[in-house]
Amino acid sequence: MPLPVQARVRTLLKNTGWLQADIETLADDADLYAAGLTSHATVNLMLALEEAFDIEFPDRLLRRRTFSSVDAIAEALVEIGVQKEAA
Amino acid sequence: MTSRLAAARAVGVEIAARHALDVDARARFPKEAFAALKRAKLLGIMVPKSEGGPGAGIAEVVSICHTLGRSCASTAMIYAMHQIQVSCIVHHVGKSAWHRAFLKRLSKEQLLLASATSEAGVGGDVRSSVCAVEQKGGRFSLAKQATVISYGADADGILVTARRTPQSPASDQVIVVVPKSGFTLVEQQDWDTLGMRGTCSNGYHLTAKGEMAQVIPVPYADVSAQTMLPTSHLVWSALWLGIATDAVARARAFVRAEARKKPSVTAVGGWRLAEAASLLQLMKSNVVASLRQYEAAIGSEDKLSALSFAVAMNNLKTGSSQMAVQVINHALLICGLAGYRNDSPFSIGRHLRDAHSAALMVNNDRILANTANLLLALREDPELLA
Repeated sequence: MPLPVQARVRTLLKNTGWLQADIETLADDADLYAAGLTSHATVNLMLALEEAFDIEFPDRLLRRRTFSSVDAIAEALVEIGVQKEAA
Repeated sequence: MTSRLAAARAVGVEIAARHALDVDARARFPKEAFAALKRAKLLGIMVPKSEGGPGAGIAEVVSICHTLGRSCASTAMIYAMHQIQVSCIVHHVGKSAWHRAFLKRLSKEQLLLASATSEAGVGGDVRSSVCAVEQKGGRFSLAKQATVISYGADADGILVTARRTPQSPASDQVIVVVPKSGFTLVEQQDWDTLGMRGTCSNGYHLTAKGEMAQVIPVPYADVSAQTMLPTSHLVWSALWLGIATDAVARARAFVRAEARKKPSVTAVGGWRLAEAASLLQLMKSNVVASLRQYEAAIGSEDKLSALSFAVAMNNLKTGSSQMAVQVINHALLICGLAGYRNDSPFSIGRHLRDAHSAALMVNNDRILANTANLLLALREDPELLA
């Protein structure tokens, strides 16, 4: 069954300890930094996304705001070729 | 040389240098130098023209830190830390009326700003806070166990980091500008250290209150990455370069004096002096190249928040902090016992002690760990002249 990119990003964020808030309680546009995401964890999140989606973030997307919300991450992933409804 | 840089050099040579030994011996605030810097209106130079200041840029501030570092490292460090705070306000307050008015006051009264970022309970990580801004209507209060507030007792204002709200995670921080009338300090620990003794970086219990409008309107994460880190690493590196430059100047004078005594023999320290001069040049090139990189990035959020930029600014700090000690060690070897003595014109002891703080103020190991993390994400290296 196709899974929206947002849902796959949420799965990745679950039980990682990167967020202090439970991802289930956060909206897709909620600020992940306000939920406890640190600069250090952002790099780990990026690596996990690269592994899970088999992609590489180009330099221009390696910015704090690329990872600021589930929506922002999904937008970046789609921009670099991840299918919106990829299985 | 601008007239402001000339004025700073005069304060350094004529006043700061004269009191440097006493400042160091008694671990006291360099009050003579700061009275002179205030008289010369050098504290408010970064305040923009729209707020009544001359709107000097970072290059001028970096040059002043370098020149002061040659005379008294504590004076230079306090001046540097003050300008880091001013820079954060200038770059991040947007149209905020409270901060604009504060900048006007800073320029008019030549206020000295300190910083309360370190806190007990976060293991030295300034990007985490225990204390929080507690809001009640339009007012706030906060209480912080600040492990160090450099020159807190002599500051006219303090920039304090705290969690955005009592419910916020440790990393969701803001930074608040608190004028002297809005804070109280209870000293917890004094400052009796190996070097940088005049910075009087005592530990305090700080309580502050004021208007919510005093909170800088962007997250501290942005202020830190885009302004505080690059500015800190630039002004610090410049003053460490200043300390090393003065040590090498003493070594050069020593070698010259030896050469005069025995003109037909190559002085023993001559080769080592050549090596020290080469290291000093490397260090200087690093500071100037990093300064140009920061100047080119100012105003572009993209450039300032790029990982490659953060890595470059981290490298500047770890690199120059280590090299300063290395260069000064050369100077000590060149001057020999005359350098080791505290009562000779070739004395290098204070330089060496002051420079050893460089690797510790934000510990290099912490910065290297941060760089290591960033390198996992960093992609291509830029072109030679990019």
